[in-house]
Amino acid sequence: MPRPVLDLRGVTKVFGAGDTAVHALAGVDLVVERGEYVAVMGASGSGKSTLMNIVGCLDVPTRGRYLLDGVDTRRLDEGRQALVRNRKIGFVFQSFNLIPRTSAQSNVELPLAYAGVKLAQRRERAAAALARVGLADRGHHLPSELSGGQQQRVAIARAIVTEPVLLLADEPTGALDSRSTAEVLDLFDDVSAGGRTILVITHEEEVAERAHRVIRFRDGRIVSDERRAPRGTHVAVGGAA
Amino acid sequence: MNVRESARFAVRGVTANPMRTALTTLGILIGVAAVIVLVAVGNGSSAAVTESLSRLGSNTLTVQASQGGTGGRAGGFGGFPGFGGGGPGGVSSGTQTRTAELTLDDAAAIADATLAPHVLRVAPRVSASSVTATYDGATHTVSSFLGTSPSYLTINDDSVQKGETLTAEDWTSRRRVALVGSSVAEDLVGGDGLDVVGKTVQFNGIAFTVVGVLTDKGSTGPQDEDDRVLAPLTAVQDTLTGYGSLSAISVQAKDADSVETAQAEIEDVLNSRHRVTSATADYSVQNPTSLLSAVTSTSQTFTVLLASVAAISLLVGGIGVMNIMLVTVTERTREIGIRKAIGARRGDIVGQFLLEAVLLSLFGGLMGVLVGLVGSRFEIVGVQPVVSASSVVLAFGVAVGTGLFFGLYPANRAASLRPIEALRYE
Repeated sequence: MPRPVLDLRGVTKVFGAGDTAVHALAGVDLVVERGEYVAVMGASGSGKSTLMNIVGCLDVPTRGRYLLDGVDTRRLDEGRQALVRNRKIGFVFQSFNLIPRTSAQSNVELPLAYAGVKLAQRRERAAAALARVGLADRGHHLPSELSGGQQQRVAIARAIVTEPVLLLADEPTGALDSRSTAEVLDLFDDVSAGGRTILVITHEEEVAERAHRVIRFRDGRIVSDERRAPRGTHVAVGGAA
Repeated sequence: MNVRESARFAVRGVTANPMRTALTTLGILIGVAAVIVLVAVGNGSSAAVTESLSRLGSNTLTVQASQGGTGGRAGGFGGFPGFGGGGPGGVSSGTQTRTAELTLDDAAAIADATLAPHVLRVAPRVSASSVTATYDGATHTVSSFLGTSPSYLTINDDSVQKGETLTAEDWTSRRRVALVGSSVAEDLVGGDGLDVVGKTVQFNGIAFTVVGVLTDKGSTGPQDEDDRVLAPLTAVQDTLTGYGSLSAISVQAKDADSVETAQAEIEDVLNSRHRVTSATADYSVQNPTSLLSAVTSTSQTFTVLLASVAAISLLVGGIGVMNIMLVTVTERTREIGIRKAIGARRGDIVGQFLLEAVLLSLFGGLMGVLVGLVGSRFEIVGVQPVVSASSVVLAFGVAVGTGLFFGLYPANRAASLRPIEALRYE
């Protein structure tokens, strides 16, 4: 059996100390296998953002163990954390987070640049990733010249260009209208169908509907974890509205 | 990620805000240009002084009488006024100070090859003050009228551009002949002044025949070196000055290396003749080399002073770079967070922002060198600046170093931002 992409055991995150300590995560056990499409839901303050930070190697748990693709993240120093983020994770944020005044093509190339990929190869791979999200002709556009939906698609291209084991999305449709939301979700379906593991953090049922597995959080704990039959990929845009 | 990649990000960062970049580089530009121009001005003025001093001749010494002696000495020897032909005359007992006199015998003693073997030539000098030259209705006030021996022309590196020079016979026959500088000649006869040769000119009413026109020396500062008249010392004593003391004795040493030795010999000769010691000497020997080193050290101080003022403005420019880099880092906190989230390492971020700072100072430095070099082509407060290559290299190097130094803190601050917090930054 292949090793799981995510393997969290008793992960606890405490902010502050003593009486004012806040348990953002209170002992989370979670295993996500390769190729799963997981939605994490919960109200704000339920600990899902903290989970996202820990899973994304942006933060370390106070207690417990977290293996990302078999790598124990607690033993990583700052430089290795950066390396893990670069090689194993593709981030998609609610607010797109493209580098301003930098073309879509350059934005997509950026993680490859940090990975040390040669320029020619980088160009090619970034162009392919942009083509995959349907923006092959927008490579030279600046983020400010693109619509929200287009920007988020560029961000997805940037996340998948390194072919990471995990696509980590934090409220990816939170700032988008329904049409762009559908476009982005279709893209996720497409990526998932390609065999990539996806973890989406969201509070929108519409987004969670697309996932194969929905995990609900409350007060830093998992309260439900249900698997559902995957819906057909490439559903009609109208179906999601 | 390689340096070229960081450089591309840095260039993009710098060009993103052209106005801010221009103002920041202006600070560095002014600093670098100021260093180059001010050091060049310092060098230029020191070069001008050195040149005018070297025109005095490098192996010449000038002996002048000075207010000297002590009351004790004046009193002690006052009782023997007739002592030797070359003895100090004019010593009057009862006065505490007196002006010593240099005599022709002093000059002769210095010229003695056994007493002062390192002395090559000696020229006694008397100068007549407020001499007015008149010729055919034209008048000219001569700023320097010198009675001397023909050897003076050799010592002073003078030559005659037209006519004859002074001869030993002019001296012995006490001929009333004169050499005039071109400024005098031009005033008296007009034109280029060369027609004055052979004419008889009245100096304070005494007729001298002009036998030659001196080659131009040019002018140093406000003093016109060509406004002068040379005549045999004997004739000048006969007519204009009387037979008092000499105003100075010009001495030429055998070569540049024996100037110090010659000076010591002269002091020995005069000390024994004037019955003084070095401490109580009633004359002074001026050595242009020592004068030169004194002037050089003064102008070096001047240059250092100018350079430090300029260096301060370079420092201010550097602080400007640091200031703008701190603003940039704060402004781009979110960008830094994004970069870190997608895998930028500490070194990548430091490199990017450090390069940005260096780029600002590099650009400012280059422009500063350009402005400095152009600015140094113009005469500044009467000084033609002399650009020194080392100041250009130094200013440019310091500018780039400033960028590195003042960029380090903001770059490190950027790199130490935690990605979660940086991403949350609005």
